[in-house]
Amino acid sequence: MRDLLEGLIQAIDLIFSLDQTLYEIIWFSLYVSGVALTFSILVGIPLGALLGLKGFFGRRFIMALLYTGMGFPPVVIGLFVYLVLSRSGPLGDLGWLFTPSAIIVAQTIISFPLVAGFTMAAVMGVDRNLRQQLVSLGATGWQATLATLAEARIGVVVAIIAGFGSIISEVGAVILVGGNIEGKTRTLTTAIVLETRKGNFELAMALGMILLLITFLINLTMVRLQGRELVR
Amino acid sequence: MTKVTYCLDHLRKTYHNRLVLDIDRLEIYAGEILAVVGPSGSGKSTLLRHLNFLEQPSTGQLSFESSSWNGAVPPLEFRRKVTTVFQRPVLLNRSVAANVAYGLKIRGKHGKPSEQAVIRTLAQVGLEDMAKASARTLSGGEAQRVALARALVVRPSVLLLDEPTANLDPYNVKLIEQIITLVNQTQRTTVVLVTHNVFQAKRLAHRTAFLLDGRLIEIAKTATFFDHPAEARTAAFIRGEMIC
Repeated sequence: MRDLLEGLIQAIDLIFSLDQTLYEIIWFSLYVSGVALTFSILVGIPLGALLGLKGFFGRRFIMALLYTGMGFPPVVIGLFVYLVLSRSGPLGDLGWLFTPSAIIVAQTIISFPLVAGFTMAAVMGVDRNLRQQLVSLGATGWQATLATLAEARIGVVVAIIAGFGSIISEVGAVILVGGNIEGKTRTLTTAIVLETRKGNFELAMALGMILLLITFLINLTMVRLQGRELVR
Repeated sequence: MTKVTYCLDHLRKTYHNRLVLDIDRLEIYAGEILAVVGPSGSGKSTLLRHLNFLEQPSTGQLSFESSSWNGAVPPLEFRRKVTTVFQRPVLLNRSVAANVAYGLKIRGKHGKPSEQAVIRTLAQVGLEDMAKASARTLSGGEAQRVALARALVVRPSVLLLDEPTANLDPYNVKLIEQIITLVNQTQRTTVVLVTHNVFQAKRLAHRTAFLLDGRLIEIAKTATFFDHPAEARTAAFIRGEMIC
């Protein structure tokens, strides 16, 4: 209990101390997860919309892969990315291992199945007759798809939140492929692991609370994006 | 001479080897109200989807305003001259006004003139006070009137109606029928009305067609169709003797 309380006090202290190292870690965490989430959205939302709207050969196979991806242990994805990017791996020449790029790759792979899977479910929940009626009103296929995604917006935002939550709080893959290098690849989560191991529980707690606060603030913004549709 | 809007020539549609539509010849004239009656499963809705280019014939020809596209989807500018009001409208989870504005928006029309068109059309269907209401809170009759408004706002040359008043109360039925008649008279909109209700066909249509098992059994001026049907099956259907 004392640890918790002291952690809280130190967290508040840290936030207002304008400690440069801390702000670098926060900024770096948001940067890698933000870039990874952007890639996940760019791939996941179109893929989810396609799976939700169109029937085609191999759809069920892709869905099964996606569901597997949604529950895949991130640390295994980290291991896979590590092996691919390691000097002797197929993409070793890129020299990405232990750089932010490696973290972004791993986090993209972790989060895009969640974004795609939840988007698919949301799109499938929209009335199937809507598309035909919009096309009948003169919509092109593309316009009808956009309108369908807008109808599914509550679920699509959940997809983005789930994708973001899965990577901002992830530690196993990030340590493996990033290496937790101070000033280079240290994120909030890897810093927490390190400080806990060093016995700096107050600092670890403080970092944890900052992570929680950031996640909360971002989700609060996302919820606003869903609009007031639930209140009817 | 009467202008022909649609001409169907040996049009057949099969789903999984099952013939659902088999029409040797059907002409639909510009500016008329044509009712298509028939029991359920007779191919009425399939016919309407073809007229809206939502489906393409398996064989045969469908020409629209003297053009035909050999089974391909017509270019957008032709497609956008035709629209359907369906039996069960699916509205967007937005305001009533936004639903009506949708057809204008996708045509790249924004600003004051479009806003005024939306208000005018809402007034036409008696919903001007509900412009800001959420479309999901409407009653069945109101929702169908919004569906009619979102179709009319784009000023289609052809308005297709698929059982537009099924399950509606008499007040809404009357209102919708009045709007259809008015639009046909003032804007010369061609109307094709699919209904299982022979009385509605009698009230609205200039000509009436009887469809059975995907085939066109009879088509005639509405008065002739009901008073002197040429076919025994038509007569049986009108008298309500045909089990549907």
